[in-house]
Amino acid sequence: MAGVAQVSHSVVRASSRRSLLRKTLDNSEFWRGIVAIIVFLCLWELGARSKQLFGYALPYVGLLPAPSEVVVAWSKVLTKPGYWESWYQSFKRVLLGFLAAQVIGIPFGLMLAVNRYFREIFFPPFEVLRPIPPLAWVPASLIFWPTNEMSIAFVTFLGAFFTIVINVLGGARTIDVRYLRAAQSMGASQWHLFWRIILPGTLPSIFTGAAVGMGITWEVVVAAEMISGGGTQGSGGLGFFIWNSYMGGSLPQIVVGMISIGIAGYLSSSAIRWLGNRVMPWRHLF
Amino acid sequence: MQKYTASNRPGSPQSRGALSIRNVSKVYDPEGVNVMAVDHCSMEIAPGEVCMIVGPSGCGKTTLLNAIAGFHSITTGEIRLDGELLCGPGKPLADQGADRIVVFQQGALFPWKTLAENVAYGPMVQGVLSKRRAIEKARDMLAEAGLGDFGDKYPGEVSSGMARRAEIVRALINNPRVLLLDEPYRAMDALTKAIMHEALLEMYDRTKVTIFFITHDLEEAIFLGDRVYVLTTRPCSLKKVVDVKIPRPRNYEVLTSEQFRLLVEETKDAVHEEAIKAFQLGERELA
Repeated sequence: MAGVAQVSHSVVRASSRRSLLRKTLDNSEFWRGIVAIIVFLCLWELGARSKQLFGYALPYVGLLPAPSEVVVAWSKVLTKPGYWESWYQSFKRVLLGFLAAQVIGIPFGLMLAVNRYFREIFFPPFEVLRPIPPLAWVPASLIFWPTNEMSIAFVTFLGAFFTIVINVLGGARTIDVRYLRAAQSMGASQWHLFWRIILPGTLPSIFTGAAVGMGITWEVVVAAEMISGGGTQGSGGLGFFIWNSYMGGSLPQIVVGMISIGIAGYLSSSAIRWLGNRVMPWRHLF
Repeated sequence: MQKYTASNRPGSPQSRGALSIRNVSKVYDPEGVNVMAVDHCSMEIAPGEVCMIVGPSGCGKTTLLNAIAGFHSITTGEIRLDGELLCGPGKPLADQGADRIVVFQQGALFPWKTLAENVAYGPMVQGVLSKRRAIEKARDMLAEAGLGDFGDKYPGEVSSGMARRAEIVRALINNPRVLLLDEPYRAMDALTKAIMHEALLEMYDRTKVTIFFITHDLEEAIFLGDRVYVLTTRPCSLKKVVDVKIPRPRNYEVLTSEQFRLLVEETKDAVHEEAIKAFQLGERELA
């Protein structure tokens, strides 16, 4: 009996996986997306080759490297360790800054939300520092921190920190008072109220903050790498990879760097989304 | 502050839940302008009574409920539950406790917990039952309420009717002395409402808990209640009490009976009068 149940269970799982693929293939939205990307690439290719095809370079588009050239340039750098080293370095910095921002930002935001005195003391200076763009911190942090690496990590941290705190604070402050009242009337202590009501109630905002913060971290890390520059063998990261390609005059390689960052950013936000769905199973339904 | 738990609950089910509201007034003072919400309101609610509170919108019904639940303070008068002082002179705000549980208008099941976890919440945080035992009991009680198959669902996955029913179960698991319902079925269509009424009556017949039920719907009030308390427009005080002597258990045939029709008529006049006053009051305030 148990064996039968096991078998039918795995059959159900396999078929549901297959049906997911089927669903994707049957989905017209999916195909529209694919077609749109192909059309876009074709137009780009035509535009970039307009000079050699029509004898007349289209404005702006005519200056771009064609997608085919980008693919060639990409296949060349793919085998170079320096390219992967750039990925690794940028990812390391993003993760470092991002995690530090989470570890400090979430408790800080929650404290601001639940404690009035804490809020009255720390919120005003926070609000003054918040509008300063992370990149405006670069020169000061280059002077302040002993190594380039630490300055980049610090600036990346700032990029995510403010967004995370604001989201956590907003999320925790807008938890419906009915939940708090219901919990209190059922006998929840302050401890329970915090861990069982305020924290789960804030999770959606924590993940919104994380998703937005992750995007900002990538923006900041690339810019910081360009400014602080340097390093051999790709230790400058993807930002410096682009800058270096610019200095070397390799247009296709610039585009390779740009698309690499796009992919890296997509992977990061997918990871956050995946984690969010794991941590908040009830949120599938919203 | 002594917390009410299942272990120190006084009295047997039949003798608990006498709620007495004596001369209660509530004055709100926003920006120095005194607004009287409740004006010397008195009611004596017997143990196990289904007490239906009817009155015009904004008349102060919810203020009264909030005072009983301990969400808001009162200005004068006193409220006692089984003779114990909840709030009164020198103690304007009642302690919140699991002996008086509120079911809110928009529902307040925790969206991040399954129905079973929601129901188990009270006994768990009070430390009355271990988590495992609390969940077991929650499942049993959900099954009794016809929600046996939905214990593992999140509130967002079930209909609003089921969610509301689960919320009442979540209140009842604490074995409260009074169940406070603030227009729980307001936003529901008539058919769902009818099902909810039957479910509530069925739960009431099992527990005989005192119910303090705020509503706008006269027929709902008479169908469910032992007594209907009609309140005046703001500041609210008691205008009329209608005894509903329809025998229990009740079912939907009651709605078409002559006795029911007469009761509706008797209540409607009083309510209508106050509704008109409230309407005119509203017009004057705006002018």
